[in-house]
This record gives sequence, C-alpha cells and structure tokens, in this order.
Amino acid sequence: MSALSNNNWSRRSLFRAAAGMAAAGTLAACGSNNGRGGSGGGSGKNLVQYFHAYGEAGTEQAIKRYAAAYKKADVRTNWITGNNFESALFAALLSNNAPDCFEFHPQLQMVKSGQVADLSDIIDPVKDDFNPNDIKSHTVDGKIYGIRMIDDPQFFYYRKSMLEKAKVDVPTTLDELIAAAAKLTTGKVKGLFLGNDLTAIQNPIIWSAGADTIDDKNQIAYHTDGVVQGLKQLRGLFTSGDLLLDAPADWWDPSALNQGLCAIQWCGMWAMPAIQKALGDDIGIFPFPKIGSSGKQSVYNGGWSMFVNAKGKNVDAAKEYVKWLWIDQKQYQEDWALSYGFHIPPRNSIAQQATKLKSGLPAEGVKLFTDFGHFDNIAYDQTMQTAFADVIASSVRKNGNPEAALDACDKKVNVELKKLFG
Amino acid sequence: MSTTTTRGVAQPAPAKASPARPRRGLRGNPTFNFWLFTGPFLIGLAIFVFVPIVWSIWLSFFDARYTVTPSHFIGFDNYKQILTNSGFSDSLVTFTVFAAFIVPTTWALSLGLALLVHRLRFMRAFFRSVFFLPTAVSYVAAALVWKMSIFTGVRFGLANTVLGWFGVDTVAYLSNPSPPWYWLVIVTLRLWIQAGFYMILFLAALQNIPAELYEAAAIDGAKPGWQTFRHITLPQLRATSTAVILLLLIAAYQAFDEFFNLIGQKATWAQTPLMELYKAALGTNQDYGAGSAGAVILSLLICLVTLLQGKFMGFGRGDESK
Repeated sequence: MSALSNNNWSRRSLFRAAAGMAAAGTLAACGSNNGRGGSGGGSGKNLVQYFHAYGEAGTEQAIKRYAAAYKKADVRTNWITGNNFESALFAALLSNNAPDCFEFHPQLQMVKSGQVADLSDIIDPVKDDFNPNDIKSHTVDGKIYGIRMIDDPQFFYYRKSMLEKAKVDVPTTLDELIAAAAKLTTGKVKGLFLGNDLTAIQNPIIWSAGADTIDDKNQIAYHTDGVVQGLKQLRGLFTSGDLLLDAPADWWDPSALNQGLCAIQWCGMWAMPAIQKALGDDIGIFPFPKIGSSGKQSVYNGGWSMFVNAKGKNVDAAKEYVKWLWIDQKQYQEDWALSYGFHIPPRNSIAQQATKLKSGLPAEGVKLFTDFGHFDNIAYDQTMQTAFADVIASSVRKNGNPEAALDACDKKVNVELKKLFG
Repeated sequence: MSTTTTRGVAQPAPAKASPARPRRGLRGNPTFNFWLFTGPFLIGLAIFVFVPIVWSIWLSFFDARYTVTPSHFIGFDNYKQILTNSGFSDSLVTFTVFAAFIVPTTWALSLGLALLVHRLRFMRAFFRSVFFLPTAVSYVAAALVWKMSIFTGVRFGLANTVLGWFGVDTVAYLSNPSPPWYWLVIVTLRLWIQAGFYMILFLAALQNIPAELYEAAAIDGAKPGWQTFRHITLPQLRATSTAVILLLLIAAYQAFDEFFNLIGQKATWAQTPLMELYKAALGTNQDYGAGSAGAVILSLLICLVTLLQGKFMGFGRGDESK
C-alpha cells in the first residue's frame, strides 16, 4: 500500500494504463497475427469458413494458403479439431458468428430448413465437368446446393504377404471375409479392423446385401432379408475374437494396418500415400464383399462438399469466394485432392490429368470407385444414419435381434421421412 | 498498526482525520457499493444462466428444429417425444443405477482417504496433495489417457499387457458391451478424479471435530477404532456427508465428458441423460425443442432427487445433531 502511495500510482493512473493496454491490444488485433488465413489477405468483406481437421499433414496450411490468395475478401479459416465438427458447425450456424461457408455432406434437411444457399448459378456453367453422381447427390428440385471438393472412396486395404502366408484369397463374400479374418488372426495380429464402433461400414452392409438406404420414392429400402443376414454374420465376426477392437486410432487412420495390429483394414483412399509409405508394395485393396446370394460388392464414395450459409451476412460474397476457389482455381483443387492424401477430383477435367491416379494402387482405387461406388443420397440424412448406427450397436455389438433393431430404426426413419416429405 | 503516527511527532488535527466522518458521493452509498460489486456477477448470471433457462423452457413448447427462434407452438409434443424416446428413458434408468453405485463408493473412498491422511503424523501435506491432484485433471484428458494408454484394446495397452503376463487374451474394454468392462473403465476414472475433492471436504470436517469428544469417549470406555468412528466421527460428519452425497448425486446425473469420450455417441448403452440431450439438440438432429424439453425434465428430476435426499438425510440438521 505504501509502495503504491510513494510511486505516484493512483487508481486513476492504473485505470488509464489498463485502458491504454486494451487499446494497444485492439490495435494489435488489426495487425498480422489475427488468426486469418495467411498474410497478404484481401480487403473488403470478412468471410469465415469452417473445415473439419483432415489427418494428412499440410492440409490446414493448404486451405489457409488458398484463402490468403483470395483478394476480394479476408477469409478466416476455422479448423475444427476433434470429433465434434458437426456439433460445432450446427451450433455456429445458429449464432451471429455463423460461418459464411463450410464443408459438409449433402443433407436434405439443411436445404429444407434454409441453412444452405442455392449454388446453381455458379455451378451450372461447369456442371457437365463434374461427376454426374456428385451433381445428383447435391440436387434438390433441380437446384444444386453444394460444390463437391473431393470424392473419397472407402474400401479394404490388406497386407499381401500376410494373406499369402495364411494361404487366404482376397475375399469376395462376407463369409470368405469372416473366414479370412479367422485364418489371419495370430497372437499378435488380428485378422480384421472395421473401426471401433463399426459404423463406418453401415452403408456398405446395406449395398453389399443388394439393398439401398432409401429408394427413389423416398421409402425405406434397407430393411431386407439380406441386410438381416449380414447383421447376423457380423455379430458372429464381432464375437469371434478375430476383429480388432478399441484400437488407439480409429478406422480413418491407417495406423492399425501400418503398425501391424491387423491384416485387413477398412479405410479411405485418402490414407493410400501413408500406407504405401509405411508398407511399400505389400498392400492391396478390395471392395466390401457381397452378402448373400443377391448381394453385390460395394464401395462407399464419401467425400466433402462446400456449402454457403444461406442465413449468413455475406451470402453473395461467400458464393463469389467458393466459386473462385472450388470452380475457377483448378490448380488449388488438384493440389487439395492429390498433394496430401489421395482423393478423386470430382471435376472430370482435373481427374483426367491426375497422373498420380493413373497407375498402380491409386488406379485400382479409381476403378473400385467406378465399378462398385455408391454415392450419398441427399435424403438419407444424419438422423436416419444415426438410427441405423443404433442398429449396428444393438444387433452387432450388443446381442440384440436384428429384426427388432431394424423395426426400431424403421420407426425413427419414417418419422424423419414424414418430416422431410410429409 | 497505524502508519501515520510516530513518537515525538504531533498528532494531526482531529478535524482533518475524523474517522467518523461519512464519505460523500456515490462511494459512500452502501447500495451503490452493493451493486458495484455484485452487479457484474448478477448480469453474468442473468445472461449465462437465467436467460438460457427461460429460453430453454420457452423452446420446449415450440417446434424448434434447426432454429432457436421458432414460431410454431406445439404444446407438450416435445415432452411426449423425449419421454417416449427409449434412449432418454434408458439413460435415466442407467444413471439411477450408476448413481446408486458411484455415490456410496465415492463417499466411502473419499472418507477413507480423509481418515488416512488425517491420521498421518508426517508427510500429511504431500499425501493430501497427491490424492487431491487428480481433481485438477479434466475429464476429457483423463478419458483419453484411460482410453488410449491404460484400457486400449490392443496388446500394448497397460491393462492388456498385464493380462498378457498371465496368458489372458486382449480385452476390448470399450467397444464390446458384453461383458460390460466399460463400467470398470468409467468407474475407475471417476473415482480417481473426484475422490480427492471430497476427501478435502471430509478432511476439513474431521479437523473440526473437537478433540474433547474423543477424550470424553475414551474416559467413558469407548474403544478406539471402529467403535469411536461409528459413534463419534461418523455422526459428527453428518452435515458434510449430506453435502457430499448431494454433490455426488448431481454429478452422477450430469455425467457427460468421460462418457462422451470413452463410449461415444454411437452406442446404445452407457449413454448419459446429457448425452441423449446433446444428440437431440446439438448433435445430428438439431432438435432444440426436444432437447430443451429433455433438459427441463432432467432438471426437475435432479431437483426431485435432491429434495428427497435432503428430506431423507436432513439438510442443516448436522449442526443440531452436534
């Protein structure tokens, strides 16, 4: 107390000092270290874009580098780490700080609720250059609501040497896959890894059993005998001890395969460079095997698309930005698809020039994508997918009756279909 | 204590330093001072607690999918929806059972630790810190440690390594619900994190028990150990025990972080009530009406359980019983 008195400090001077520091902080925030996408940003509008965290090194820097090159607006990138991208995005979309554009998957409820803007006017001129299935999966009533950035086929990777040693052929049916998992399981290596909660393969199960998620009339198409049979077979696999469970990294990360924890792993084409780097030529790929006599092998053609927040403050500026980046800047699109992980460019003109995808394992991946690929159905929304995830949880991971689990799923999906289509 | 009076120096004139002189202006006004100090906190409380509560109750009566400013009034439909949602009702049952287990277990462990530390003659501060430190760890961080290094399902996880020494095959603790090993992971994590905090509460209460009580009991022939603990210590801890059990009950029903990170959302077991509400409102469904209805129901349930527990154990009767 006395020290303060002796030094001419007063409450007023302290307040002035604090105010000065606050002002300095505000000014500093206008400088370069402001969290924006990079140096040399544009002027005028401020835009915010949301991305989930990609696992491949360099992706975050790449997205920020593209944004920094845009001169008509300052584009800030919110790179959401962790597994709660959906929650963070949906919560943000309700707030005043909603992103102007964001990546996500085509979802009808987002269109119906007016969350995403119609992008037809910017896509129509180049519509024919896109994979028609990507256009279809983003189209509602003739309007296109998102720009596909990358296509990500998902399939099985396997260690050739392990299969040769165990004298196992590449499985083409679910029975063969289960038998292969048993033969490949040793004291240190599990035969198969389908992800820790098995939901990564929930759509391939449906397609490989010859069914579909919902049909052209927007009615349930997954509840078939083939799907029930597949669920029962998977329950057997789950309890066999041949399945890797509780791995430190989940299915989207190739660590389980690369570290020798399993012989076969479900993963995406994005992981191909990392797997090739770790295992060299000792790697092959195959689609999800067919289930039952009426089934057919399948590959899930996932991916990410760019959407514009229709309720945002800068809809036109955001549309102009996403057109610039995801339609006009082909060099960035190619860089994004091929320089980090491997993805298939949804633009035919870029895909045809992609030499990295022309030979070897990447070319096989493209062939599986073409021959066995299934694309997102925009009407099969997150609520329905969550309902089917409950089927996997109840009937495969927990010893529930698949028929009962599918009946429960039907109720939830029908409620959702009624909300969407009346 | 005075710093202005020095020997040999004349006292200041009374008129200039009258301690009884009232302060002029706002700073002398007790009402102003009250609002100056409490106002900011009350404003924060209103903005971040009361407004959301009222807003949530309001939302619960509207069709609020994909919006928090809905216009379509639907009465109690959201309440019907959430109450007929088997996931939510299952979570309430699961967590009543969980609370019935974890509350007495944590109570006993934290009391045991407190007695242990209280009786230590040396290094008391060290052990008190050791047991309390886990409280500073976030549930998320602890869950990741438990999941990715101790109870991971691969052969090099700590638990599986130990099992491997005895020739036991690897165990998937979290992905496989049968047998329900996931409860072992959850319960050990929760005990590790929260026992230390309640130990401190019990330790404070133990230090407040008058030594004369033990001396009198000893004179009356009470044996040290269990008899003294049962008839002297435990009754003296009644108020603290009531508070601890109350806090533990609320914490059990509000469990979220470690379950979210250990079990995840894609399971039909061990889903906490808050996780179900998170899925309904903030997850994929974006149904803020149903989520709000669930939040109201859960709040009422916690209030009910708290009141019942208070009535059963007696709030504020600890002092009277002394």
